[in-house]
Amino acid sequence: MNSIKRFFTDRESLAPALVTLFAGLFSLLAGIVLIFIVSKNPVQSVRNFLLAPFLRSYNFYYLLIVMVPITFTGLALCIVYQLRYMSLIVDASFYTGAVVATALGTLISLPSGVHPTVAMIAAGIVGGLIGLLPAILKIRWRANELVSSLMLNYVFYFLGSFVILYYLRDRSQTILSSLPFKKTFLLPRLVANTQLHVGFLIAAGFVVLVSIFLYRTRWGYEIRLTGANPRFAMYAGIPVTSVILYAHFISGFLGGVGGAVEMSGLYRAFIWQMNPSYAWDGVIVAMLARRNPKFVPLSALFFAYLRVGADFMSRRGDVAFEFITLLQGLIILILASDRIVNYFRERQLRKQLLKNSQGESK
Amino acid sequence: MIHFIVGVVTSANYWFIVLRSTAPILLVTLGAVITAQAGIMNMALEGSMLWAALTGVIVSAATQNVWIGLLAGIGASVLVALVLGLFALKLDANPVLSGVALNLVATGGTVFVLFSLTGDKGISSSLASKVLPSLSIPVVKDIPWIGKVVSGQNIVVYIAAVSVVVIDLILRRFTIGRRIRATGENVEAARAAGIDPVRIKFFTLIISGILAGFAGCFLSMGYTSNFTSGIAAGRGYVANAAQVVAGGTAVGSIFAAMLFGLTDAMATYLQNIGLMPELIQALPYAVTILGFVVVTFVRDRREAERKRKLFAGTPMQKEKADAA
Repeated sequence: MNSIKRFFTDRESLAPALVTLFAGLFSLLAGIVLIFIVSKNPVQSVRNFLLAPFLRSYNFYYLLIVMVPITFTGLALCIVYQLRYMSLIVDASFYTGAVVATALGTLISLPSGVHPTVAMIAAGIVGGLIGLLPAILKIRWRANELVSSLMLNYVFYFLGSFVILYYLRDRSQTILSSLPFKKTFLLPRLVANTQLHVGFLIAAGFVVLVSIFLYRTRWGYEIRLTGANPRFAMYAGIPVTSVILYAHFISGFLGGVGGAVEMSGLYRAFIWQMNPSYAWDGVIVAMLARRNPKFVPLSALFFAYLRVGADFMSRRGDVAFEFITLLQGLIILILASDRIVNYFRERQLRKQLLKNSQGESK
Repeated sequence: MIHFIVGVVTSANYWFIVLRSTAPILLVTLGAVITAQAGIMNMALEGSMLWAALTGVIVSAATQNVWIGLLAGIGASVLVALVLGLFALKLDANPVLSGVALNLVATGGTVFVLFSLTGDKGISSSLASKVLPSLSIPVVKDIPWIGKVVSGQNIVVYIAAVSVVVIDLILRRFTIGRRIRATGENVEAARAAGIDPVRIKFFTLIISGILAGFAGCFLSMGYTSNFTSGIAAGRGYVANAAQVVAGGTAVGSIFAAMLFGLTDAMATYLQNIGLMPELIQALPYAVTILGFVVVTFVRDRREAERKRKLFAGTPMQKEKADAA
């Protein structure tokens, strides 16, 4: 409670919060304007877009389900952004994690409970190793990590769908689908008769774990210090290279686990016809949370709200679901603009100065 | 297998496809080169291509004139580059991040617009769009093997070839090229010499927008005859890797783009005989990243060597060695 109070009274942290709020409101407004331009029945569409989670209980649970994967990618990107790295390799970690989980979920037999856990750990390790690649390329050969990670994302996407298509495919299905998962692999439902699964709790657990890791442990401190000033960190005796490496491993691990949780929680077989690319959602979630894992659930909730609204609206109207990607881009644009952030910060400062000088003159 | 590949590599048809798949990559790579020379990374090339591809199709269908379509496509592409400039240069946004954001806007926006116009999310086949013409070159087309490769290509393939010369001239022969390189090398020094870095960067962004516009229009009005969602397929990102492979020169871009074109064309071939398409589709990207890493490594080694020589025997030497 105290920390909440401090959060709202601390002027320093209020300015960025205002920008975040501004970005959120602006994207909603832009969305509404777009709907009015293209929709034949704009009022109905806007209503569906804004109120979707409250109109149907199905939508409400769907909102919670959507939060799960973007929480994982958001957490993963928080760690990368703490380092001031731009790698987007978590996309590959997530996708490959789902593929690894599919392989373990269809091919091996284990008791329930153990089965998904083993799959998650295996997917996490594979995801972590993939996460290391752009960091290694950057450290060893100074290759720009964003460019290399985007290339690698394509490579791992094609590799993953190759594995599904040639080793795990259910040939009795006409559309692309893997063999059905073993019963033991499926995560139990959290609420009966809904799709809400235990993965939601796992994601919540990881939010706590990553928050503690980044802000309460030595390793997390080393990551934040390395990100803030790598040279200072080096002179302070921090092994910068290994910090960067384990940070990327953990980030990829989170992505891989996210992919596995998505598979065992939501699906009965691997049925992605294309890459869902939750990493891009993660970019926004991490940026809205300002790299701080404890705000990830909040920004994931906001983004899931947009996604569910857009989905519900597109299924009941004439606006394409893809407009969510458009809004996504707009939010990043605003959050990335220092000038806009500074505008809010300056306004805060000016107000404060004015107040102070008035206090003195009295 | 080997026999098959040798057969493919010696066939004129293969090299015809190589030139076809190289052209769009070459154009965007040139765009990436010229902005990188001015010290700004144009990550929005992907978005530029997408908007160009869609706008070209829509406008050419509406006007029934392919050239107006091409012009509109290029206009849309330049607009994206200008918006990137606005955010990166005027609003102090991180250029890489705002480029990525603009790509997202384009990925979602193009599908959004396509669906709003046609009711289809995947393909623009319901629009009666035009296709850019192919040219047959008078004398060359009668040369036995070469004629089949070089002649009869789409007009944009030739435009790509001309662009190499134009960009090379801009970068190496004209004053503006010196200014571009000065800006990229050291902004402060450039400013001290009376150059306006922001203007130079905007200029390179516009050029890269034009090039990406040609590439995007080619994809939807030549390479294929429709706009399909995600038609750029990461070529804008490949360009930023290829730009490094190209070593910042227009002529180098040919080799960098060829690297992608060769494997891309080979992938098309191997796919046709039913050889694991997924694995082969990954090949162009894998080869590009390999080239990217090798070239960055070599370049850094050379740079370090140069610095060592520069600072040899000065007190700076040890400090520089430590920092590296």
